[in-house]
Amino acid sequence: MGRPSRQNCGSCHFYGGGGDAVKHGDLDSSLVKPAKNLDVHMGTLESGGQNFTCSRCHTTRNHHIAGRIYDKPAALERKSLLQDDLGDKIMCESCHGMQPHKSGGMDSKLNDHVDKVACQSCHIAEFARSQPTKMSWDWSVAGQLRDGKAKVKGPDGKAVFVKKKGAFVWEQNVVPEYYWFDGTLDYVTVEDPIDPTGEVWLNRPNGSYDDPFSRIMPFKVHRGKTPYDKVNKVMVIPHLFPRNKEDKDAYWKSFDWQKAIKSGMKYAGQKYSGEYGFVDTAYVFPTTHMVAPREKALDCAQCHTKDGRLENLEGFYMPGRDSVELINAAGWTGVIGALVAVFIHGVMRFVAGLRRKED
Amino acid sequence: MSEHKMKKIYLYSKFERFWHWVQSVLIILLLVTGFEVHGSFELLGFMKAVDIHNTIGLTWLILFVFIVFWMFVTHEYKQYIPTTKKLFEVAMYYSSGIFKGEPHPVQKSKNAKHNPMQRLTYLGLTAVLLPFQMVTGLLYWAYNDWADWGLGFLDLEVLALLHLIGGFAILIFLIVHVYMTTTGHTITAHIAAMFSGWEEVPEEETVPDWERKAERH
Repeated sequence: MGRPSRQNCGSCHFYGGGGDAVKHGDLDSSLVKPAKNLDVHMGTLESGGQNFTCSRCHTTRNHHIAGRIYDKPAALERKSLLQDDLGDKIMCESCHGMQPHKSGGMDSKLNDHVDKVACQSCHIAEFARSQPTKMSWDWSVAGQLRDGKAKVKGPDGKAVFVKKKGAFVWEQNVVPEYYWFDGTLDYVTVEDPIDPTGEVWLNRPNGSYDDPFSRIMPFKVHRGKTPYDKVNKVMVIPHLFPRNKEDKDAYWKSFDWQKAIKSGMKYAGQKYSGEYGFVDTAYVFPTTHMVAPREKALDCAQCHTKDGRLENLEGFYMPGRDSVELINAAGWTGVIGALVAVFIHGVMRFVAGLRRKED
Repeated sequence: MSEHKMKKIYLYSKFERFWHWVQSVLIILLLVTGFEVHGSFELLGFMKAVDIHNTIGLTWLILFVFIVFWMFVTHEYKQYIPTTKKLFEVAMYYSSGIFKGEPHPVQKSKNAKHNPMQRLTYLGLTAVLLPFQMVTGLLYWAYNDWADWGLGFLDLEVLALLHLIGGFAILIFLIVHVYMTTTGHTITAHIAAMFSGWEEVPEEETVPDWERKAERH
């Protein structure tokens, strides 16, 4: 008997989605023995880290494991969660408190940000820093061969094409996308109508600037081309794994989407029109592991600038990013006007002075 | 330029010169860092610009308390009481007379440092524009405490834009102000006076009673 090692937890959680680093950009086999640079908490003692195991944060009580920030609202109250350390939720604040930075000067300004910005947003500047993670999965090219092969590997050894699954895109050192997040995600189920004319968000972070419980959170957004019902405008459930050797309906047996979807939808008790297509989809994963050392945290100007990391977040004014062009235009017109006016006045004085001397 | 016989008078006391020049440095640094925070250009980096802007803003606030205190104990605030007398003549001088070499319609004296146009300008600056920038700046700085202070109704965008408009106004003032220093009997005469305290004025000029600051009791 012993405490669970990282390897124990990781043998499932590092390989989610069918392989190492597929599902999560912040959770893969490199966390078995990471350097401090990769994870300031789990980093080995030799590299200056804290050598945390998973269960150092994911504590348990009555077989209930703390974590899963999207299980329920992450934090309903802006309070120190020290008293909740053994509860269901574990957040950065559980240990670091509500004033995680030093006080005084600009450090106090950093503390001021905790009401709207999740710690992860600045302290996980990029994810998939050790090995690439899967960022895109195109089901529409599955069932064929690419260059006569059923499997093609990319330069980093990760498969970029598999006949059974389609084409993949892997990326390393990825800049996250940022969204307001209250700790809950909205999911599209097979019963929810979709709009196939645009990207379908299979899940979407809930939250907004106006909600005091929402904060800006970094996400890995996994994109794909996924089969859907063109007439009923819903996502479909294809039957992938063959039940046995004779199961001709399974996609991974006969590579026939029509049969696979018909069979899968029937099994799930859902209507299927008989017409399928592929739609662009997106799926978000909150990024919370692989916290970098403080020196690697974001600078102010990564967000407080035009075209910065938060350029797409709306509903609030952010210094350095936002402005009203009319005021800028009027202001600079006034400044240039003043400069031109004094210049002309000065030239006229000079010329008039010369003329008086001549007289 | 002028054929008047000149005499030197001591116009600006040590404290006035001190606050004028300190304030000028603070204002220029505030303009530079302020416009960087606004995103107009990149110079020091956002964090440094914010840090310096905050520090200088608070420093200026302390200096301003001393300036206002000084004005009232010395009764120098009376130099800022606005008047329309000769205002038109002064405006005419700068728009036409100055090109013809005419004398300034209002001469400086101990009890009338400012001509009517300066009175209006400096009153507007000292009593309206600078306090406006200080109040909006202080509120901007205290953004995170609005709810605690019962100011939750404030809107950061509106406040930031008001502060920006004030900044533009000060920048425009600065341009015209610096240019106007060159309109003395020599280009650098007024600037020199603001360093030494001694201003050269025409000898025979007398100051009308209405311009005099009321005598102290």
